[in-house]
Amino acid sequence: MAALSISPLKRREWLAAAVFLAPNMIGLTVFIVIPVIAGFFISFTEWDMLSAPEFIGIANYVELLTDDRLFWITLRNTVVYSLFVIPGSIVISLLLALALNTRIRGVGIYRTIYFLPYVSSTIAISLVWKWIMHPDFGILNGFLGLFGAPKLGWLQDRNMALLSVAVVAIWHSAGYNMTIFLAGLKGIPRTYYEAAQIDGATYWQRFWRITFPLLTPTLFFVLVISLIGSFQVFNLVYIMTEGGPGNSTQVYVYYLWENAFSYFRMGYASAMAYILFVIMLVITLFQVRLLGRRVNYDIA
Amino acid sequence: MTLPKRAAADRRQTVGVQESETGLVPLLRQRLPTLLLHAVLIAVGVICVVPFIWMFTTSFKLQQNVFIYPPQWIPQPFTLDAYDTLFTAIPFARQLFNTLFVCVVILAGQLLFSSMGAYAFARLHFPGRDLLFLFFLSTMMVPSAVTLIPTFIEIRFLGWVNTYMAIIGPPVLGSAFATFFLRQFMLTIPLELEEAARIDGASYFVIYARIILPLIRPALAVLAVFGFVFFWNDFLWPLIVTNSADLKVVTVGIAGLAQGYYGTQWTVLMAGATLTVLPLIVAYFMAQKQFVEGIVISGMKT
Repeated sequence: MAALSISPLKRREWLAAAVFLAPNMIGLTVFIVIPVIAGFFISFTEWDMLSAPEFIGIANYVELLTDDRLFWITLRNTVVYSLFVIPGSIVISLLLALALNTRIRGVGIYRTIYFLPYVSSTIAISLVWKWIMHPDFGILNGFLGLFGAPKLGWLQDRNMALLSVAVVAIWHSAGYNMTIFLAGLKGIPRTYYEAAQIDGATYWQRFWRITFPLLTPTLFFVLVISLIGSFQVFNLVYIMTEGGPGNSTQVYVYYLWENAFSYFRMGYASAMAYILFVIMLVITLFQVRLLGRRVNYDIA
Repeated sequence: MTLPKRAAADRRQTVGVQESETGLVPLLRQRLPTLLLHAVLIAVGVICVVPFIWMFTTSFKLQQNVFIYPPQWIPQPFTLDAYDTLFTAIPFARQLFNTLFVCVVILAGQLLFSSMGAYAFARLHFPGRDLLFLFFLSTMMVPSAVTLIPTFIEIRFLGWVNTYMAIIGPPVLGSAFATFFLRQFMLTIPLELEEAARIDGASYFVIYARIILPLIRPALAVLAVFGFVFFWNDFLWPLIVTNSADLKVVTVGIAGLAQGYYGTQWTVLMAGATLTVLPLIVAYFMAQKQFVEGIVISGMKT
């Protein structure tokens, strides 16, 4: 009887939990869980959304990996792009954060201004940068011309276009990363530095022995976030280059989108989505294993 | 004994000028690192701001004047032609309204439903709670590109393509991130208030609505600000699910403009970009504190 007398109360709590969680659960199930499972099955079909999907086994994966030159080009471009953007953005934002983590005047103003690019729409700023990087009338070439530099093709030059997109991405994301780093730096106790200074440590010694080790959790977070973003770059490419010139900025999600919504190859595009999923999972797990072990969490 | 000297010089460099020496040369030597640092920081600031200024001034020029060299930083003559063209070429006012409308509905839904879910995770006890929470967290790992196509197929099945529901539907029932974020915040609230209410016989719903909701207002503000920027800028999803001009959001609207007849009409494109960015910049300056707090909290708790 004792056990039974508790249960109405408990049941009331369970019922409340079910009601409170219902909207979230329905949303998550319908728009994440089911799509993830459905996408897996769609990837084994050929489907143009007009006729019924046809099961073709692993043919999509085989075609992607062995027969689709463009797939490998997009993968390579995405990796190269990430190798430009992630280190570029992290180094610049870390330097800015270190500079602003001093008692220099105007920190608030600098921080406000540096964050501005991140707040603004990527579509709008892509248009603006396309105009700034215009080979003939853009102010970027105009500015460099003042120093006698030749006119560069930027987004219209096959060898420069990917780098140019990456520059815009760095411009867009550095302020965000800087704000995260700044928060991480603020979390490092001042007493550590004071002790190091008494011991006569130089700025570099203090950076490598105190700042850097204690900043690794933040760095890790920024790295993961940046990777997720740069591997799925779409908006910048859509506006600035549309994958061109000559596929030089053809990136993964852009090609996936083309397959799905220009060529209506839903199965093929789903296979691409799943390959991306696996790549990102592997990289994230690799980062967790490799860097996670070295990450120093003992900030009080 | 060179070490302490170097440390002192170093401290001056990072901490700024404190002890004052007399004479112009020592003063200059003392201030120089700080001045150089300011020069670099200002240069970075200029790089951040100039694109916006250039966007803004271009939008007030005559189309033929954008090709003038050296470039005009102050439009001569100053004209609103580009804005006229923008509002007649596409239903831009309608698209601004669409964007605002879907943002407000999505945010209202997310704040309500995610705070409800967060309350269940933070305060209620039920079997499998921690496992379910872990499952919530793991869904954040799914890249949006993975759910893109199946979700589109669902939306088509529901007959929502080219309706507001297509844009609002998927995010409106809450996001795993918002639920996670609010749960973490609720865990920092002391239990005493709720316990008193519980003894008085208040139901879970009353406790949620009367005690929890008012207390988590700062966290809700942070989410609202971030959500506003996120959904205002959202592009790929609205691009896929809307095709009639009257239902597009601004990002899709100006992207369409850029790829069509107006692709080289830089004044018109910059007018569109200006009006797309302006509400965000206004929101940013109004809610700067929430932005910084949001980044700090989300960056630290993970």
